[in-house]
Amino acid sequence: MIDKTLNWFDDRLGTAKGGRSFLDKIFPDHWSFMLGEIALYSFIILLGTGVFLTLYYVPSAHEIVYHGSYVPLRGQNVSEAYGSTVGLSFDVRSGLLMRQAHHWAADIFLGAIAVHMARVFFTGAFRKPREFNWIVGVIMLILGILNGFLGYSLPDDLVSGTGIRIAFSIVESIPVVGSYLAFFLFGGNFPGSGVIIPRFYVIHVLIIPAILVGLLAAHLGLLIKQKHTQFPGKGRTEKNVVGSPMFPNFIAKTTGFLFMSFAVIFLLGGFAQINAIWQFGQYQPFQISYAVQPDWYMGWLDGAARIMPAWEWVGWGHTIPLEIFLPAVIFPGLIFNILIVWPFIESIWTKDHEYHNLLDRPRDRPKRTAAGAAMLTLLFGVFFASSTDVMANFFQLPLMDVLWFFRFFVPLAPIVAYFLTFKICNEMRVAEGIGKRKRALIVERSTEGEYTTTEAPVRPGDGHEEIDAIPVPTFIDTTDPSLATAAGVRRVIR
Amino acid sequence: MDDPHLQPLAKNPKRMEAIAALSMVVGMAGFVAFIFAYWVNASTQWEALTLGIGMAGLGAGTIAWGKYLMPPGPFVEERHDFHSTDDERTAMNAAITGRGGIEVKRRKMLLGIFAVGGGIMTLALLIPGVRSLGPKPAKSEDTQGSTEDSLFTTNWKKGSKLVTVGGRPVKVDDLDVGGVLTVFPQGFEGSSPDQVILLRLADLGPNDPPYPLSSPGRTEWGVQGYVAYSKLCTHLGCPVGLYQQKTQQLVCPCHQSIFDVNAGCIPQFGPAPRPLPQLPITVDPTGQMRANGSFDQAVGPGFWERP
Ligand code: HEM
Ligand code: FES
Repeated sequence: MIDKTLNWFDDRLGTAKGGRSFLDKIFPDHWSFMLGEIALYSFIILLGTGVFLTLYYVPSAHEIVYHGSYVPLRGQNVSEAYGSTVGLSFDVRSGLLMRQAHHWAADIFLGAIAVHMARVFFTGAFRKPREFNWIVGVIMLILGILNGFLGYSLPDDLVSGTGIRIAFSIVESIPVVGSYLAFFLFGGNFPGSGVIIPRFYVIHVLIIPAILVGLLAAHLGLLIKQKHTQFPGKGRTEKNVVGSPMFPNFIAKTTGFLFMSFAVIFLLGGFAQINAIWQFGQYQPFQISYAVQPDWYMGWLDGAARIMPAWEWVGWGHTIPLEIFLPAVIFPGLIFNILIVWPFIESIWTKDHEYHNLLDRPRDRPKRTAAGAAMLTLLFGVFFASSTDVMANFFQLPLMDVLWFFRFFVPLAPIVAYFLTFKICNEMRVAEGIGKRKRALIVERSTEGEYTTTEAPVRPGDGHEEIDAIPVPTFIDTTDPSLATAAGVRRVIR
Repeated sequence: MDDPHLQPLAKNPKRMEAIAALSMVVGMAGFVAFIFAYWVNASTQWEALTLGIGMAGLGAGTIAWGKYLMPPGPFVEERHDFHSTDDERTAMNAAITGRGGIEVKRRKMLLGIFAVGGGIMTLALLIPGVRSLGPKPAKSEDTQGSTEDSLFTTNWKKGSKLVTVGGRPVKVDDLDVGGVLTVFPQGFEGSSPDQVILLRLADLGPNDPPYPLSSPGRTEWGVQGYVAYSKLCTHLGCPVGLYQQKTQQLVCPCHQSIFDVNAGCIPQFGPAPRPLPQLPITVDPTGQMRANGSFDQAVGPGFWERP
């Protein structure tokens, strides 16, 4: 029956040849390869919960009187966007779960992308022939950050409205065209003609998700065509891949992992409150709440804006607000561009134009690893700078001191991190047996009084001899006599 | 012979199978419990818990099956070069530079016209795509515009009544010393560019000199101890909402710019580059507070056209 169906398809589409090699595709077994999967699965959650939200969320700035079941808000004027999001949280059954799962999935999605990227970077998986996939990944990261920002702007609460106001000012700061862009985007001066929420909405639920789905297809398609990289090890060469096959092993493990990711996100969505917009209240352009932080993936931009000195440039009848333009436009632009061109910079710098299917250990590439560490230090620096006020309160320090600390820390720490990492890598490289458990030394004294030192035997489990890999078989071993004649079964006699 | 590549990793496959099955059954129970929780309208926590158990149970069972019961390998697959053979490359390049290329080269003019035509088409389509989105910003200060299409204008005029966001007119004895109030020009309550923070810094009578602690040349801009400033931060436009009476500072909660209330709200600290624009105010004979003019500059963050 199954055979017949498969043949039916093969007659028309020629699926057997490609299908077989797809099912036999080998996935290396290393935990770090799961990071991308986490991103993929949280994206699936975003799509699913997102569709649920669209059914109840009303993308409109139109004012209505709130009549829902959240008592403190009853009788107040709210926008339909805000009112419907509060409604999603209190009046739509399972709505709060879906809303919070959507928000958590967004945070996890971007976190997973970031960590996944770090692993690709530090192991050199972006090298030839995988530059395309690196670039696709960076673009997905940028779009993901953007879509996260657009998403949490939708509820029209006090926190998100403040974010939109800041976004307007950032666009406005671009020299020459800034005010035009901002006016076109918002349909006028801030807060605009009521178009920003519907516009953000289509971009958030349609345009960016559609692009992301396309890029994701490209990302995975390239992955299948170019096959996985792998860490060096027994029997692993530039010319092969060792691991478990797509079907059935990887499918089983990854589907299980998909469900586990879903479980974590829904548990967070139900138990860890996130973005309690009913507490913030409706956005009013003249109101603000104290000590609010944007979602984590926006923090680095907020921090950069905070520590920037007030360097507005004025001359020839024009103003360039460098205090905005540099940290909020140039800085992220620079970071993303460096990320995109990194594979090419590295191959030109090292004059290495070979294929690379075996991964590097980070310590074996001290310069790259140090550059990555410097970049991370920079990003963490500005990220922490986005909580200057919280830190000042916490450590009972004057805000001014905290700010000055970060003004020096952010540019200087990456340099220190570079040289420190460089040195550590070089030292690890020459040291023997790093990463392996130490074996005890046994010192013995012979009857003549002579001392000898011998190493204790390897502890069980540490030796971990791996067996040679074999090609994926078409058969499976079984001792069940009733299956002995079935196709694809090699009978084993015990 | 037992090929270790094909033997389950589990020491006791029967037991592992039972564990996986149990885990999946727990998962199934979780999903059923979720349906029940939904049915009885249980709390969000119950929904999450039941759903979480369902997914985790099913997931753990499937992983156990894949990891411990299926033939573990390791298996190997050969890689093949990505690039085509030299012959294929030559043929491809020839198709571009030869067959097609020669034709394209022969008709340079057509190619040029085609390229320009395509460019014009793109432009033609972009114009409505972009231009319809919103109004053009007014070019300079003297353009008469509404606040909707100009970054230079506000709705404050000489004589505008100061009112609260609820529309209540503000009288001269409404605030004690140290008091602050967000005010708007009457008829524009809640409007973003018009928001003004009114502070009473001293208790002065109608015959006292206007409050002196303003920037030079602006001592007349306050009245009876009151001063008024645009509430839009000159950094990124957040409302400068925190008044610290002890230090006489206005603090912007967004990026902690601090403005000195005693000295014309010049920025003392933080990323804000300019003082908050001051609104000249006065009191009419009925005690109603009114604007004594408009701002002398654009409010809010900087932009290219700002002189
Ligand atoms: C990269 C993918 C996405 C990211 C990062 C993302 C992120 C977010 C975030 C952070 C929110 C705010 C949630 C809150 O209220 O706390 C949000 C809201 C929303 N999202 Fe998404 N989302 C994504 C994809 C989608 C998709 C594909 C859809 C629909 C098909 C969608 C529909 C919505 C809707 C309707 C809202 C407003 C309702 C609400 O705020 O609760 N999202 N999104
Ligand atoms: S908006 Fe006021 S400090 Fe940034």
